[in-house]
Amino acid sequence: MPLFTGIAIVVALAIFAVLRVPNIEYLFVAGYTIVQYIVLATAWNILGGYCGYVNFGSAAFFALGAYSTVALATFGNQIDDLVPESMAPFFHLIFPLPIPILIVFGGIVSGIVGFGTGYLTLRLRGAFFAIATLALSVVLATLVVNWDFVGGSGGAYVVRPGEFPGLGSYMQYLFLLMLGLAVFSVVIARWIERSRLGFGFAAIRDDELAAEASGVPTLRLKLIATTLSGALMGMAGAPFPYYIGYLAPASAFGLEYAVNSIAMPLIGGTTSWIGPVIGTILLGTLQQVTTVTISSAVNVLLVGVLLIAFVIIAPNGIVGLVQDRLHARRRK
Amino acid sequence: MDFPFDLLINAIIAGLLLGGFYAAVTAGISISFGMLDIVNIAHPAFIILGSYIAYFFNINYHVDPILTCLLLSPVFYLFGTGIYQVYYLSFEKRGQQSLRGLAFFFGVLFVTEVLLLLVFGVDYRYVQTSYIGPSLHYGIVDLPLRMLIPCAGSLLLFAGLQLFIGRTFTGRAVLAVSQDQLALRLMAADPIRIKRIAFGISIAVAAMAGAFLIIIQPVEPSVGREYIGRVFAICVLGGMGSMPGTLIAAMLLGVVESITATFYGPSWAPAVSFGFLLLTLAFRPSGLLGR
Amino acid sequence: MTALLSVQNVGKRFGGFVALDDISLDVQAGERLGLIGPNGSGKSTLVNCICGTLQNERGSVHFDGHAMNGLAAHERTHRGLSRSFQLPRPFPSLTLADNLCIPMLYTVHKRTGTPLHADDIGARCGELLRMVGLDNKAKHLPRDLTQVEMRKLELARAMAAEPKLLIADEAMAGLSHSEIEDILALLLRLNESGITVIMIEHIMTAVMSFSQRLAVLVSGKKIADGKPEDVVRNPDVVKAYLGE
Repeated sequence: MPLFTGIAIVVALAIFAVLRVPNIEYLFVAGYTIVQYIVLATAWNILGGYCGYVNFGSAAFFALGAYSTVALATFGNQIDDLVPESMAPFFHLIFPLPIPILIVFGGIVSGIVGFGTGYLTLRLRGAFFAIATLALSVVLATLVVNWDFVGGSGGAYVVRPGEFPGLGSYMQYLFLLMLGLAVFSVVIARWIERSRLGFGFAAIRDDELAAEASGVPTLRLKLIATTLSGALMGMAGAPFPYYIGYLAPASAFGLEYAVNSIAMPLIGGTTSWIGPVIGTILLGTLQQVTTVTISSAVNVLLVGVLLIAFVIIAPNGIVGLVQDRLHARRRK
Repeated sequence: MDFPFDLLINAIIAGLLLGGFYAAVTAGISISFGMLDIVNIAHPAFIILGSYIAYFFNINYHVDPILTCLLLSPVFYLFGTGIYQVYYLSFEKRGQQSLRGLAFFFGVLFVTEVLLLLVFGVDYRYVQTSYIGPSLHYGIVDLPLRMLIPCAGSLLLFAGLQLFIGRTFTGRAVLAVSQDQLALRLMAADPIRIKRIAFGISIAVAAMAGAFLIIIQPVEPSVGREYIGRVFAICVLGGMGSMPGTLIAAMLLGVVESITATFYGPSWAPAVSFGFLLLTLAFRPSGLLGR
Repeated sequence: MTALLSVQNVGKRFGGFVALDDISLDVQAGERLGLIGPNGSGKSTLVNCICGTLQNERGSVHFDGHAMNGLAAHERTHRGLSRSFQLPRPFPSLTLADNLCIPMLYTVHKRTGTPLHADDIGARCGELLRMVGLDNKAKHLPRDLTQVEMRKLELARAMAAEPKLLIADEAMAGLSHSEIEDILALLLRLNESGITVIMIEHIMTAVMSFSQRLAVLVSGKKIADGKPEDVVRNPDVVKAYLGE
């Protein structure tokens, strides 16, 4: 496990170093999106692929992270109005909060909501949980649209600093942070796979009733998965306002987050940490290409069609296809 | 302050009319989800599809939308049976219906919405009929025909379905298949065929509801998404497959939404249905009438 | 002496259908109880209520001195109740060895306080697979097994939880004569090592030779409970099986 973590960090740093060579801003902008989706897809897969519980509300958890950043940034701008005079200097000192702290906040907020949603609905069948996550997305979006503190339906501006000391453009800093988050989520996913927790998740996914009878505390494990998955998604969302500059509810709660975070693991393969990574890189790159060359609507259509095709033809994704090939060869 | 009673009463009436319509919208899901246990979250996409097809024939050939969908219901039925067949072969048979089946329907929902977007664009589309515009007036009560007629149509549709399920052999077989597949097999009825028929019906009903929808309000491709919450909220609240329950739940939701929209503004309306859904799932998943 | 398992006035209905009607049953530690009854009489429902897969609406279940009402199935398994499912429910994406790991990781591991070592778990899994004759397929997936082998896996998995009381729900259905003998020998050996066993079966020869006591369930009611030779001569029992 430490070896894996080490290799992952090295690979990530290598990627960063390679991208610095041509030093084209666009590479970091596009790269950020792909790496962000690695986090989202991996997070989704912990609950969906490992545990078998479909979450349609990835957008909600992602947006919660983004909006907690906006709320904190807005608070930072209004310290003198909101905080008693004696405490103001302290707050002025710590605000604006550095992004890593915002990431932690985003994770905590989304984690709590993930826990709450799970607590309310995980005692029911998986289908009800899935529908509840869909509902959550819409309810949260409506609440945000009606909350003026974070900009309401008009959206919120978050000013991105031009430069990050020592690194160059701020975008590179964001990219590096997201890369770090991706390494973090992949390491967690792999750790889970090989741990007692991962076995429990697999048992729940395979046959929840039999898992219970075998002594697996299914509700507790499912709550862990939901909380962890939600928290990671929130962490991915926290830097988003800085990335995009202007956050509108439509973009934060966009359906493409839900579809992509489901399509990428399903296409790549849900049983291993590498599935979401493969799926994200393939699908993400494809989308960047189609958006630029054809249109963004076609790009989204493509994702939907690929999702349907893979789900029917190759239910275990690319990883599954490879595994089947190996399994067949081993049996001979 | 003078409490705006006329506003309240009209909001309630509008809510009841809307509720009637919601019942028709949900009837299809009552069958596919409540009875067949298929989580067809793409159901609203089929409704919107029905709306757009009605729109197409209305704009180009001046055919009444309700008539269009009525005449085309066999087509929608076949379309539905086709989709079930794919679903069955790919998922139910393999026993992987939970994760993969959900993802499948989600993909269908998505693809349908985007295709409609590409073909028709983002603009709101509406139909022209003789009864969109005029209203009946009884004192302070306003009954817009564009809501009354779909509501009446929906209730007829609903009653028809209820009769079908209660009185015909196929209908009762559908009810039976949701309870005991083995017993059904022993009675020499093929459960797969019954499910296919039922699913086909649920899609045909969805398309019919689409015709009603585009009479009530203009549509654009993403309208379907608002209905996901409504439809499942009503289905769960109504007790999953209980037709009378669905009707009551639909009316209730319609009235609450209408009052919320009237007094707090329409931007809160989606939260109402989805909030209902969350609350129901959290506290009373067996529905109002319980089982 | 208080019974290891005490089922008192348990009742369960599904909608209007009464599946269990006022069932009371005591099982002493170390006993071999046979539970028989026609199809649909409620045997599996009773097992589900005892083990927590279903919650009984009426009555109570006590195991090892603790009240079980309201406890989730996994908690009851932790206390020492284990069951095999009538229709085998293996974990399809896990190898046979890993299938047995699950109860070990989540029940035994938790119970003993000191966590089990990976090698220890591997050894115990191998041992269990050997006992049911499946050790040559340890790395296979359940889909490669025959129906009969799946039943053996099912039993092995129930045993992997190291229970105090094991409920074997029709573990012998479809087995050949010699295979039945093997399972019988296995269950007897388990019982000799101190595990209480409740056997639910239709194969009368097996039940009669195994059970020290026999209970009969018909239409949700217990109609007989006593020594096997007495029970099979009970006129109500005969009527239930052969009709009027």
